[in-house]
Amino acid sequence: MKWDEFFVTGEPLIYMADAAIVLTIIGIVFVLTYFKKWKWLWKEWLTTVDHKKIGIMYIISAVLMLFRGGVDALLMRAQLTVPNNTFLDSQHYNEIFTTHGTIMILFMAMPFIFGIMNIAVPLQIGARDVAFPYLNALSFWTFFFGALLFNISFVIGGSPDAGWTAYMPLAGNELSPGPGQNYYLLGLQISGIGSLISGINFIVTILKMRAPGMTLMRMPMFTWATLITSILVVFAFPVLTVALALMTLDRIFGTHFFTLSGDGVPMHWANLFWIWGHPEVYIAILPAFGVFSEVVSTFARKRLFGYTAMVWSMVAISVLSMLVWVHHFFTMGSGAPVNAFFSVSTMAIAIPTGVKIFNWLFTLYKGRIKFTSAMLWSLAFIPTFVIGGVTGVMLSMAAADYQYHNTYFLVAHFHNTLICGTVFAVFAALHYWYPKMFGVILNEKLGKITFWFFVLGFNVCFLPQYVLGFMGMPRRIYTYPADAGWTELNVISTIGAVMMGIGFIFLCINVVYTYFKGERDLTGDPWDGRTLEWSIPSPAPHYNFAVTPQVKGLDAWWMMKKERKEGKEEEEPEYKPIHMPSNSGRPFIMSIFFFIAGFGLVFEWMPVAIIGLIGVIICMILRSFEYDDGYYVPVEEIKQTEAGRE
Amino acid sequence: MPAQQQKWLNLFMKVLPLSLLFLLTGCSERFVLLNPKGPVAEVQKDLILWSIWFMLFIIVVIFVLFAIILWKYRERPENLDYEPPDQHGNTLLEIIWTAIPVLIVIALAIPTVKATFELEKPPKESRGVEPIVIHATAADWKWIFSYPEENIETVNYVNIPKDVPVEFKLTAVGGMSALWIPELGGQKYNMAGMGMTLYLQADHVGTFKGRNSNFTGEGFAHQTFDVNAMEKEDFYKWVKETQASAPLLTKKQFNEIIQVGVLKDKLTFSGTHLAWVDFAKPGEHLDNIPAKEKHGTIKLEEVESDHHDNREHESHQHEGH
Repeated sequence: MKWDEFFVTGEPLIYMADAAIVLTIIGIVFVLTYFKKWKWLWKEWLTTVDHKKIGIMYIISAVLMLFRGGVDALLMRAQLTVPNNTFLDSQHYNEIFTTHGTIMILFMAMPFIFGIMNIAVPLQIGARDVAFPYLNALSFWTFFFGALLFNISFVIGGSPDAGWTAYMPLAGNELSPGPGQNYYLLGLQISGIGSLISGINFIVTILKMRAPGMTLMRMPMFTWATLITSILVVFAFPVLTVALALMTLDRIFGTHFFTLSGDGVPMHWANLFWIWGHPEVYIAILPAFGVFSEVVSTFARKRLFGYTAMVWSMVAISVLSMLVWVHHFFTMGSGAPVNAFFSVSTMAIAIPTGVKIFNWLFTLYKGRIKFTSAMLWSLAFIPTFVIGGVTGVMLSMAAADYQYHNTYFLVAHFHNTLICGTVFAVFAALHYWYPKMFGVILNEKLGKITFWFFVLGFNVCFLPQYVLGFMGMPRRIYTYPADAGWTELNVISTIGAVMMGIGFIFLCINVVYTYFKGERDLTGDPWDGRTLEWSIPSPAPHYNFAVTPQVKGLDAWWMMKKERKEGKEEEEPEYKPIHMPSNSGRPFIMSIFFFIAGFGLVFEWMPVAIIGLIGVIICMILRSFEYDDGYYVPVEEIKQTEAGRE
Repeated sequence: MPAQQQKWLNLFMKVLPLSLLFLLTGCSERFVLLNPKGPVAEVQKDLILWSIWFMLFIIVVIFVLFAIILWKYRERPENLDYEPPDQHGNTLLEIIWTAIPVLIVIALAIPTVKATFELEKPPKESRGVEPIVIHATAADWKWIFSYPEENIETVNYVNIPKDVPVEFKLTAVGGMSALWIPELGGQKYNMAGMGMTLYLQADHVGTFKGRNSNFTGEGFAHQTFDVNAMEKEDFYKWVKETQASAPLLTKKQFNEIIQVGVLKDKLTFSGTHLAWVDFAKPGEHLDNIPAKEKHGTIKLEEVESDHHDNREHESHQHEGH
């Protein structure tokens, strides 16, 4: 392989990116060395198994990926603003929309969600960590190194360019030779390991580690959402694992599962991909529903309306989500009976979703609504997501979908649901749980500016795209002719995208401002919350709860506060030594070996790949001989930490 | 900003873009999905409009509830001592807002299923008319139309008679494409080694835009074609002329045409490639997949240079003899 094939050459934007990457690495190394923080980095972050720190690392990574995916989006919008634009050529544009989609769904939404689940769930159920803290760290680091592998593609070797859906035969060797598509396969495969592990981890945590008295129907709604999502993850991700593995075999080892030649059947990739892909978007939205339930209930000062209905509707949504995948390819010629079935099953999902919307509205009904930033994001979700939902019902009508499919109507729909559902939720969750994570409250004024720029920008960017779909504009085109009549709406859409970018900048300003001047959370309960995470100090002590709480009902903390007000006698807490898991560097190192193996396979350098895999296996063998099963936090330390909270 | 102004601004800014949408919808010829030029697109338009009414109803109900609740129950300095009631839920409400969506889904599902089955056959209104069969072969990045009965082949344009159902036989050389002529109806995928059938029909004379709607790589945006719907007499006149005067398609020419690259020329031939290969038959495509070296990127300037019509070119050659 020649140097100018290994490094991407010939593009000024890429050279600038190369420079930025090198400078950033130098900068990070310099800062760590100057402030003598290498040991701190290793001890406190690279080897941590603490769910709260892992959650923070997930969220930081997700925000960085939001930045990169957002820049991709702005580049695309710039190219599409005017007809016959030459800002990006076809190849460049194709790589950018592929990385935009892959990054936003798999490396931004998923880690943000896993991060928030990590922060909140153990605290909400009164536990001290997740069931498998070591595996939790491995989840994060495999995600990190899988994402890193995918992200370097645009400067080394070239990015994948067949869309985030990577349909065959386009994504195969015959039509897309080179390392690009391999990055997709290996990056997703490695980070997919992390997702699957997390799914298992949260199921066990929630089923086995709830505080005494917390029956399933007394769990906070976010925990319920996490449980159901995790079950979906465990059912869906193995399908992706297999599909990616089969395409990897096709591309690197010459098999014929999906190829044009050798009796391969390209349609089967689409089939397998979407069997995973549809549950995946429900994996992205169900935790969002959980977040909104928490925030709406807290800032309306009212318990969640229709708790039982809310639980069962999420169960129904998750079951149905596994029965609708063919709606992604109604036009692939499955025939009328199949298309009809999947039309009806897809429409059916709207029913439990609608039930949830009404239950949120009636939680607000007769409440006392406080418009904090977290609440603004949650309120904006209701009307905007409903538009996305109804356009989803329109798309589900197969005969009509033959016109909508692969147009901007579809693009508008999925951005509408993913942004107004998932992205609004993670922003709400960030504001809501920030004090618990860091002990400071994000600035409200800056939060509101972020909100307005982003939400208005979203509407200006994507509502016109519904119209573009009706005007016959297909997706994934890098340019269009002047006589198509699409120019005005594309200009408006770009303005909206810029507004969203400005909103993101204000979010970053908020984080930096809050670091230096943020209002401290001194009580641990800044919002007068209802659930157990608000009963401990902010930021949470590393052992979470000094004494495992006794739960007497739904909204356990709210109940405890009421009892205190009523003057109920409280027992003196009896502290006992708390058992905590030890740190470990192995997840970090094992993930580096995964990265090496992946990198080798991307370029088909088998010796490198084999070294990487051997490294992974050695790490696993070492783990099986692990005899360190943790340590005890002494009572004096607990007493000191708890005393500090006064 | 005080909470009440905030809430109004919230709602107004959500309604405003939506209302612009409604003002624009349907008012213009550019809304191809709502301006069908044939019976298939007509069925689809009716289904689309039917669904829009229900969706509007849902949106209005929720938006109105949302606005009223946010306005009435917002926190103000006057109600800071109001503690909301501990409402668990309401079974009757749950039943109502489950049952009504179920009814809406049924109301949408029945016409959807009906239309989905209907579109698998030629348009109802042309029951007695013999469909004209046209093979549409997508190659990266051009379209090849073969008329087996008439024994002619066109590239990047297709002429069809008005009021006659067209039975498109879809297939591809290489990448998975999709034939889409929005003014005549919805799309279906073209896949190598497979034959798909798509029925479309024009009941207006005119030129309609068609394109590939399934991403196939660098030249995808340029993979478009023209559909010329003409009166039956004009169509058959064109067929006769073409059979008589268009150059015979050779294997060599055809292999050049299907080489990977953007081809914008509109070409016409007598004879079709079906004489030696049918990409819809499993296995037959295998010997004919054009080799793809790393093609590099499509530069717009290359695509924009004049396209020519091969018949002029050919006739000049003939004159030279």
